[in-house]
Amino acid sequence: MDSPLLRVRNLSVTYPGDDGDFRAVRNVSFTVGRERLGIVGESGSGKSTTGRAIMGLARPPARVHADELLLGEIDLRQQSERQLRRLRGKRMAMVLQDPKYSLDPVMRVGDQIAETHRTHLGSSKAEARAAALEMLQAVHIRDPERVYGMYPHQVSGGMGQRIMIAAMLIAGPELLIADEPTSALDVTVQTQVLSIMDELVRERGMGLILISHNLHLVSSFCDRVLVMYAGQIVEICDAGSLADAQHPYTRGLLAALPELGRKRGELPQLQRDPAWMDDIAAPLETRSRKVGA
Amino acid sequence: MSAATSGAGHTVGGVARRIVAPLRRLGALLFSVALTFLGLTGVTFAIGRFMPIDPVIAIVGDKASQETYDRVYRELGLDQPVLVQYGTYLGKIARGDFGNSVMTARPVLEDLVRVFPATIELAFLALVIGVVLGIPFGVIAATNRGRWPDQIVRFMSLVGYSMPVFWLGLVGLLLFYAKLGWVEGPGRLDVAFDDIVAPVTGMLTIDALMAGEGDVFANALGHLVLPASILGFLSLAYIARMTRSFMLAQLEQEYILAALAKGLSPWRIIWVHALGNVWVQLVTVIALTFGSLLEGAVLTETVFAWPGLGLYMKNSLFAADLNAVLGGTLLIGAIYILLNMLSDLVYAMVDPRAREPN
Repeated sequence: MDSPLLRVRNLSVTYPGDDGDFRAVRNVSFTVGRERLGIVGESGSGKSTTGRAIMGLARPPARVHADELLLGEIDLRQQSERQLRRLRGKRMAMVLQDPKYSLDPVMRVGDQIAETHRTHLGSSKAEARAAALEMLQAVHIRDPERVYGMYPHQVSGGMGQRIMIAAMLIAGPELLIADEPTSALDVTVQTQVLSIMDELVRERGMGLILISHNLHLVSSFCDRVLVMYAGQIVEICDAGSLADAQHPYTRGLLAALPELGRKRGELPQLQRDPAWMDDIAAPLETRSRKVGA
Repeated sequence: MSAATSGAGHTVGGVARRIVAPLRRLGALLFSVALTFLGLTGVTFAIGRFMPIDPVIAIVGDKASQETYDRVYRELGLDQPVLVQYGTYLGKIARGDFGNSVMTARPVLEDLVRVFPATIELAFLALVIGVVLGIPFGVIAATNRGRWPDQIVRFMSLVGYSMPVFWLGLVGLLLFYAKLGWVEGPGRLDVAFDDIVAPVTGMLTIDALMAGEGDVFANALGHLVLPASILGFLSLAYIARMTRSFMLAQLEQEYILAALAKGLSPWRIIWVHALGNVWVQLVTVIALTFGSLLEGAVLTETVFAWPGLGLYMKNSLFAADLNAVLGGTLLIGAIYILLNMLSDLVYAMVDPRAREPN
């Protein structure tokens, strides 16, 4: 692998609060090449915040700090909002969790794909439409002409997410961040959507960051897995060798997975060790811990 | 599910469904409108029955003999059973007969036809001002939440909400008419311009334009602009406030984040995506605003001596002119029913989800 697509060094995202700052992401460092990188972690572990911070879309009033945040040769920290806008959709894009909410309900889905093309490639209406139809075909939608004119409420969840992928990839970004892209979908279409995404990412030689709470899914789908806990990366390993993971949190998660066809008693609870959060500030301590408390 | 999503979208059945379904929906809409109107006539009829105004005395006067009183009582059909009376009432309404006005000694329908265009003219211009300025103001306030444009719009809304309209009208007249002379005074037209233009639509500005009378048009507009601006300011305050809060809710939605991730311009995200969804909610707000304007802005019409529906209703009420009041009430009710129907139709235009049954 040559120079990485994305290089992140010591990324921190902080939310100012009344009783001190809340550090959602703490000194996270990793690189992404033309590969599929999975980020797993529980709710509130900072995985989505990491993804949004890379896009420059951290929810205000977040403060983002990084020693290095490079997309190819571009220093994302130095970009103005206008410059960032040219990068979003064109060089990096993001698929969100639920197409029911991430598609504009009053705009035809085809137009929502075409508008990315028009914005970044300055194409005419007809060109953008043709490109969108092609893109619909690329995400395995059979009757693109008909689907183009449909509204979001008329398409199923799986189809909606494929439309979203089409809208995000049409301008040819090299990095795709997929934030829980299948969590809102029926189990039966999850694999289908993932394999379509995989196919496109491979074909185009893109990098993919797949954010999920589903350890199984990530380990079977990605090349490398990054485990986050309380805003920090606790483990980075190859997906294949996840079973050899060292960190007790990862081991705990693995142990808590039920297996089909094997009889066993109660699943073990995840025992959390405060030491995992070494330098961690106060606000986190006050959060309720359902598991292991 | 619509025909568009079913596999048989292009077959004969699909085409039939595509034509029949909207027709059926229109039929259902018209039926419900008719039913509502029937209910409305029931209400006005009941008001007429239960009002402590004796319709016979209103006609014969209180010095008439018992004999005359009884004769008129029978002529009015008041000796008939209530249901029969209601049937007669419905039949009259169907023929456009609302009875005569005691105050003007003319058929109420004729009066309404004369005064209503004045109100439409005023209300329409006010609504245009409210919509054309109110929506952008609301959008700008929402997208600059907490900063000075937001503060200005919120202050304006507050003023529009809390200032009594008659006070605004009087101060407006004092300043722009008496002191500055920028606009014309009360009334619809200066006496010098009366009867130059034959009424066609009843809206003076339009009639003057159609007759090619530039002077009359300018004078009529001069009279119209101040009351319309004041009413427009009130609708602006309301529409801007509603737009602002609808907009703030839309900007929180996930599709906005998706649009940002696609790299769309803020202009497109706000004015196309977010506002596209705000329209869905605004349709009702605008329809209701127009309804309340058409109902006759009683205070404004009184201050500006504007001979519209509001002033007519006020005078009829004070004169206990029952036929006129009931006729006007029926008209106002019909306006609301009509606007409701209209907003249902427009709603289906701006919201694809409303186009399909279920």
